[in-house]
Amino acid sequence: MVDFSLWDIARNLLMSVRWTVALSLVAFLGGGVVGLLLLYARIGGGGVAGKLVGGYVQVFQGTPLLIQLFLAFFGIAALGVNVSPWIAASVCLTLYSSAYLAEIWRGCVDAVPKGQWEAAKSLGLSFAQQLRLIVLPQAARIAIAPTVGFMVQVIKGTALASIIGFVEITKTGGMIANATFQPFLVYSFVALFYFALCFPLSWWSKRLELKMSASGR
Amino acid sequence: MKIELDFLAVLAQWPLLAKGVAWTLALTALSAVLGGVVGVVCAWMRAYGAKPLAWIAATYVELIRNTPFIVQLFFIFFGLPAAGVKLTPEIASIIAMVVNLGAYAAEIVRAGLDATPRGQFDAAKALGLGRMQMFRLVVLPPALAKVWPAMVSQIIIVMLGSAVCGQISTEELSYAANLIQSRNFRAFESFIIAGAIYLLLAIAVRHVLTWVGPRFLFGASAKAGVR
Repeated sequence: MVDFSLWDIARNLLMSVRWTVALSLVAFLGGGVVGLLLLYARIGGGGVAGKLVGGYVQVFQGTPLLIQLFLAFFGIAALGVNVSPWIAASVCLTLYSSAYLAEIWRGCVDAVPKGQWEAAKSLGLSFAQQLRLIVLPQAARIAIAPTVGFMVQVIKGTALASIIGFVEITKTGGMIANATFQPFLVYSFVALFYFALCFPLSWWSKRLELKMSASGR
Repeated sequence: MKIELDFLAVLAQWPLLAKGVAWTLALTALSAVLGGVVGVVCAWMRAYGAKPLAWIAATYVELIRNTPFIVQLFFIFFGLPAAGVKLTPEIASIIAMVVNLGAYAAEIVRAGLDATPRGQFDAAKALGLGRMQMFRLVVLPPALAKVWPAMVSQIIIVMLGSAVCGQISTEELSYAANLIQSRNFRAFESFIIAGAIYLLLAIAVRHVLTWVGPRFLFGASAKAGVR
């Protein structure tokens, strides 16, 4: 049997951190792009588009991320299309993030006073211009804190990708725990790595929030 | 390629699905009650407790909120036995859910406590209430009433998160869906149906809790408090 020293455990977990970070970045950036499109459809697309986006958000927020991952990985495979864990996890987490981000950002757009829209319109700006030049810059200011906070949720969400065989921190931890028979130690380390990733973001988000409320929105 | 979907093959296994729903709801109900209590106690510790108590509560909240639920669950189910604590999958699931919800509930309740108007304390003191009485009768009910929607959302998030408990063989809904698809190879249909059931459960739980809160948790006293 190969002996795992404490350093071996830490080193192997550390190597897998990059996959957690990579998947989180893909999900967050992809989710941001799709989320923006959804946001645009929801505020500018009229009743039907708005309802569709609302339904989309409800489906992703009302079902477990795990079931979404199972569907993307095992479900699609059962239909005859083989997808790798990478693709399944990326697509799934991107859609999941987009639903949350669209909802968070819509709240921020709603928080911009109505008069801003009206003033922009009276200047003869088109809808796209009103949104891009007047409303979004103001909404973005409010959106920073909750968006950073949501990054924490994305990072934690990537842990579920371990179940469909994506090798990130949690999966690596499981494999090391099985090899070393030291699950207590290994899962403590795993938790520590997540904490090291998430806590700075949580802290930053909270600070931004306090700053916002101190500056009177 | 022609794809044939057969949802009936999955629905024919309804006893398994029903059992899964029952477990999911039972886990959720139990962890909502216990997690709510943990949350209130921790919120009290952070808002009014002595320094060390406040520090312990803050550490617990940050540790849980910044690690994934699945790691907490695996730590409790796989890690603790190595330290001498053996747990059944069901007990481990409940503990993990309570610990998880407790941390989020603590933050939510604390936000409610922070919003208590100063005059409430003075009024309670003037009535000669003790510290505990003041918290229980005057401060807590309106605070709960204020944050109840956030609390309901968090309980639903924990319910959806409980899908992970199937991974340690707790026989909740996602476990049932997995079992069914391993028997009839209808993975797509199984997970679509499981997802639909979760969605319905989420909607139903939100309605029930929104109805229950004002009637049983923070009734007349809260209304009096809010004014």
